[in-house]
Amino acid sequence: MMDRTSAWPRRRVLAGMVGATAVLGAPAIVRAAPSGTPVKVGGTLSLTGFLAQTAVIHKIASEIMVEEINGRNGFLGRPVEYVLLDDQSKPDVARSLYEKLITVDKVDLIQGPYATAPILAAMGVAQRYGKVIIQSSMGIPKLQTYDRAFPATPFGPEPDKTYPNVILDMMAAMPTPPKTIVVLTSKFPSAQFMAQGMRDQAEKRGVKVLLYLEYESGNRDFGAIAARVKETNPDFLWVGSLGLESNQVLESLRKLDYTPKNSFHLYPAPGPLALSPDGDKVLCSTFLEPDEPFMSRPGMKKLASEFKEKATKANLPYSTIDAQACGMISEWQILEIAVNAAGSLDDEKIAAWLKKNRVTTVYGSLRFDGPFNHGDAAQLVKQVQNKEWKVVWPTEFAAPGVKLIAS
Amino acid sequence: MPSATLLGQALISGVLAGGMYGLLALGLSLSWGLLRLVNLSHFALAFLAAYLTYELGTTYHVAPWWSAAMVVPAMFLIGLAQHWLFDRFKVNELASLLITFSFAVILEVAIQLYWTADYRRFETPYSTLSIKAGPFYIPVLELTLCLVAGVLAWGTWQWLRKTYVGKALRASAEDADIAAAYGVDYRKLAYLISGMGAAYAGIAGTFIALIATLAPAQIWTWLGVVFAVVIIGRLGNPLGALAAGMLVGASESIAMAVLSPAWAPVVSFSMLIAILLWDPEWL
Repeated sequence: MMDRTSAWPRRRVLAGMVGATAVLGAPAIVRAAPSGTPVKVGGTLSLTGFLAQTAVIHKIASEIMVEEINGRNGFLGRPVEYVLLDDQSKPDVARSLYEKLITVDKVDLIQGPYATAPILAAMGVAQRYGKVIIQSSMGIPKLQTYDRAFPATPFGPEPDKTYPNVILDMMAAMPTPPKTIVVLTSKFPSAQFMAQGMRDQAEKRGVKVLLYLEYESGNRDFGAIAARVKETNPDFLWVGSLGLESNQVLESLRKLDYTPKNSFHLYPAPGPLALSPDGDKVLCSTFLEPDEPFMSRPGMKKLASEFKEKATKANLPYSTIDAQACGMISEWQILEIAVNAAGSLDDEKIAAWLKKNRVTTVYGSLRFDGPFNHGDAAQLVKQVQNKEWKVVWPTEFAAPGVKLIAS
Repeated sequence: MPSATLLGQALISGVLAGGMYGLLALGLSLSWGLLRLVNLSHFALAFLAAYLTYELGTTYHVAPWWSAAMVVPAMFLIGLAQHWLFDRFKVNELASLLITFSFAVILEVAIQLYWTADYRRFETPYSTLSIKAGPFYIPVLELTLCLVAGVLAWGTWQWLRKTYVGKALRASAEDADIAAAYGVDYRKLAYLISGMGAAYAGIAGTFIALIATLAPAQIWTWLGVVFAVVIIGRLGNPLGALAAGMLVGASESIAMAVLSPAWAPVVSFSMLIAILLWDPEWL
């Protein structure tokens, strides 16, 4: 189990809580409507290209948050204007656009793009101009070496060690604990990074790794891979998948009349996997789901309802708020609280405040004083049950009545 | 050492996956080989057909074969319109590459505007059906795709070899001026080939809708491997395109079963380089 407690000075925790309460909890009557010159916050998202499926979720989350923030007190009493550009899922385009946002559009602040490679590209530009950059989807924390880069998602500094152990704990708690595992992964860097961690931690804990396979990102045919998995017949299949790859793997296995005993999927497209006929009981990584205890967090119910409304309007087939959307919400919550608490748009002051204080977001209380500015890891496991994702592990994060269903 | 069952299953999967390569390569090979136009928008047209099949199937509950009966003629008309532009502006081989790339990008954006960037899946009861043959499983949809690709490739090959129109097209591709001296109206025939190429993209698109999950950016997924297939199969050779597709598919799949799946993409391009260097006469 992960240790989720830390010896933090009470004063700092209180400072963050007070900031969050002031921002999220204060009644509208005591808040003045923001006025004056807008604070320009620039960022890119992969609105086209191979990452566009997820970036559209981040875009909707950003729109909700800008409306929310402007409905409160904006940044330092000024309205927020979000300058969003399309990086086309290309790191080189992201790099050029961040340069443009800072030097041509003269934005006051920046927000991180989506996915590890564009984030790394943007981080280089941010570092050159000393800008604070908050991101929610960099799967390899050790690459976040810039001291003003902050994670909005609680991966923790070493998710390749901590998260496999969460999964292995869950496996050990199954009625018949899996003794063998096949690790199958995309060569997409963040997935490969986690897969190597899973292989190493499984071996350390005595789970036999029958097969470790890597496939190219964008692989078209999973027939032969499925045949290898079927022949090996592991107790547990761990798939370092992105987007639709999980669906493709499971469909290919079904065509061979084989259903894995237990399967885990790292970063799949949540909607298609939950709704797929092959998705029943599959496991997946998450940080929260629209269920208890997460819905009791401040503002969460309203955010979930707003997201559903906007996602439905945008014609998205899966309109439920999830960890992806919450990553972007968390980015904006951190920026809002940090700017208003630091009382400045100065990046140095914002970064200094973040390093000393906790921030309460939809992901709970986050801190940024650990290695690579990461705090505690809080990655959970969810499972498809009746076409819906339910958090099942660790058990204290499962909604009342929800239990892990093992094979 | 992989078992015989694993190798056999990998071979079946690869040959069937190669059927899709071959079907996509068919129209591209005709347009490139006979019209000297490299039509990159072929992939976008296939995806447009796939999205239309999805829309007709999920919104109006139209069976895929009826969708194909509507979508394929529509694609044929789009092919004619596209060729009118090429003809009107006297587009050459190199310019066609750039123009059709732009057309593909515009189509990708249009698809994203209407269907969003999110994934779309046309679930059918037969999407994961398989036939069991001894220890092997043969997916029904992929098998049907291969049969359709085989019929189209064989029919087109026969048409090009046996009919006057086919012979005239081949003659024009060899030497347009000499063919014209014998009364071949190359401009009219070019419209026919362009329409056919787009119609074949429409057929491929119907199968893509049934087999794959759709996202606009996937337009580019098959580009590299299908180009390799077109070149290996020789330009303008429909049977060559299908055979090359199956050869590449099978090789990739065996590489995934015997070596590491990550080696699969290396196979198609290594094969392309080897065949270009070898240049066998039977090709």
